[in-house]
Amino acid sequence: MSQAELTREVARRVFASEFNDSTYTFKESDDERAPNYALLPTGDRANRVFIVGTLTETEDVGDDSEYWRGRVVDPTGTFFVYAGQYQPEAASALRDTEPPAYVAIVGKPRTYETDDGTVNVSVRPESIAVVDDATRDRWVVETAERTLDRIEAYEEWEAEQEAPESASTAPTNEYAQMARERYDSPVINYRNDVVAALESLETVERDDTEATV
Amino acid sequence: MSDVRQHADEIHDQFSDHIDVAVEDVEERLRTLVDEYKVPMDEARRSVTNHYLEAADLEREDISRGGSEAANVEDVDEPEQWIDLTAKVIELWDPRSDSVAQVGLLGDPTGTIKFTKWAKSELPTLEEGGVYELQNVVTDEYQGRYSVKLNSTTVIEELEEDLEVGNDTSEIEGALVDMQSGSGLIKRCPEDDCTRVLQNGRCNEHGEVEGEFDLRIKAVVDDGLDAHEVIFDKEATEDLTGLSLEEAKDMAMDALDTTVVADEIMDDIVGTYYRIEGPTFGRYVLADDVAELDGPADPEQLLIKARSM
Repeated sequence: MSQAELTREVARRVFASEFNDSTYTFKESDDERAPNYALLPTGDRANRVFIVGTLTETEDVGDDSEYWRGRVVDPTGTFFVYAGQYQPEAASALRDTEPPAYVAIVGKPRTYETDDGTVNVSVRPESIAVVDDATRDRWVVETAERTLDRIEAYEEWEAEQEAPESASTAPTNEYAQMARERYDSPVINYRNDVVAALESLETVERDDTEATV
Repeated sequence: MSDVRQHADEIHDQFSDHIDVAVEDVEERLRTLVDEYKVPMDEARRSVTNHYLEAADLEREDISRGGSEAANVEDVDEPEQWIDLTAKVIELWDPRSDSVAQVGLLGDPTGTIKFTKWAKSELPTLEEGGVYELQNVVTDEYQGRYSVKLNSTTVIEELEEDLEVGNDTSEIEGALVDMQSGSGLIKRCPEDDCTRVLQNGRCNEHGEVEGEFDLRIKAVVDDGLDAHEVIFDKEATEDLTGLSLEEAKDMAMDALDTTVVADEIMDDIVGTYYRIEGPTFGRYVLADDVAELDGPADPEQLLIKARSM
């Protein structure tokens, strides 16, 4: 039994808006087989993600062989999911699923740079399953919670940076530091997305006080 | 606390019942040897201990070991505690680094815990299945999980007796994100006391045998913070999927292929949220009690928190 098996990469919970901003990728060792991580702007690394959303569109964009693209929508944006011959189960799931449908996807973040220099982030699926609306709602709440936890840790770290006299007790947050160096977008944006995502759930009463006063 | 201070504290504790000595005095002596004269810590410690033994006119056996306290595995709940454990080596893993001599899992009647033994500590080798008294091991924590480190001050004594290893019961809530190979309709070796899963009709121990069908699932349940490996035995698999062993055998018979069962189960469970309770065994949780989580968690509290950030 090897230790490598003990360290299966966790599937991070991340909304589409943050995922699509996770354009910086890195490895933590020189080993050829070392895992590749996408840097989440709220300050964490993701080698794998678990997403649940509405599959709204599928298209075979391949030339010689099938290469399926699916659009999966959550309350904050759209995940782009690509599956080809090396992901046969996921490819056939995209081929066979009739949109719209709620799907749960486990996959790896992938980035590619377009001709004009923009970096696009997509999901290379390991599995795609059709799920119900309750699962989707649970995912939205869970992802909101995980995202808030990351933002909280980020802000705690940031506050410590600005008060260096207390540096001895400062929590280290390697990925928050990396995120601040690599990204421009303030983390508060992702908090706003969390609020919007939670408000989009039917069971939640919207905070409409401003509109009605 | 510095290493030297830690050692000084331990020596001080050993002598505090016998002579009046300040811990600073002990530390000073250790520092002189270690920092100035580059004496290795264990040798410095021996030397300083001898000095006080002489000063107090004591024999080595007269002083308590001090510093560490006897503890059970389940008591380990903070890092950097010096404890004594009586535990059985449940399994040994392959060390990933040259600085680690041995790594694996220890168990006592209250639970199991990972241990690491450093190469530079030059301690005797632990055998799988052996029961040991481990004096002066230090606890550590990584991402909420505890382990113990055997170090150069650790005293290892092998015991003749056997030790019953208890179960840590875990409760996990998360999404089932993967089903691993070796799941679904499998065949086990029919030899007495051998339940190994056959690979291509062969048992690792007994060679080619006529296997007996069984159902099981090896899955990964992930809450976004940790990935847990979960095993569902036949009963748990039948409960989870509504598919009985007989039905699974019929399915495989019709398709002339056992993998159809795994495919069917996988479609059914991957992407679903579950709460799973059960004992941990090594790195696996055995699914005793499984509930599908279908209602969404309550978003109100989170929304209040998010709005206040």
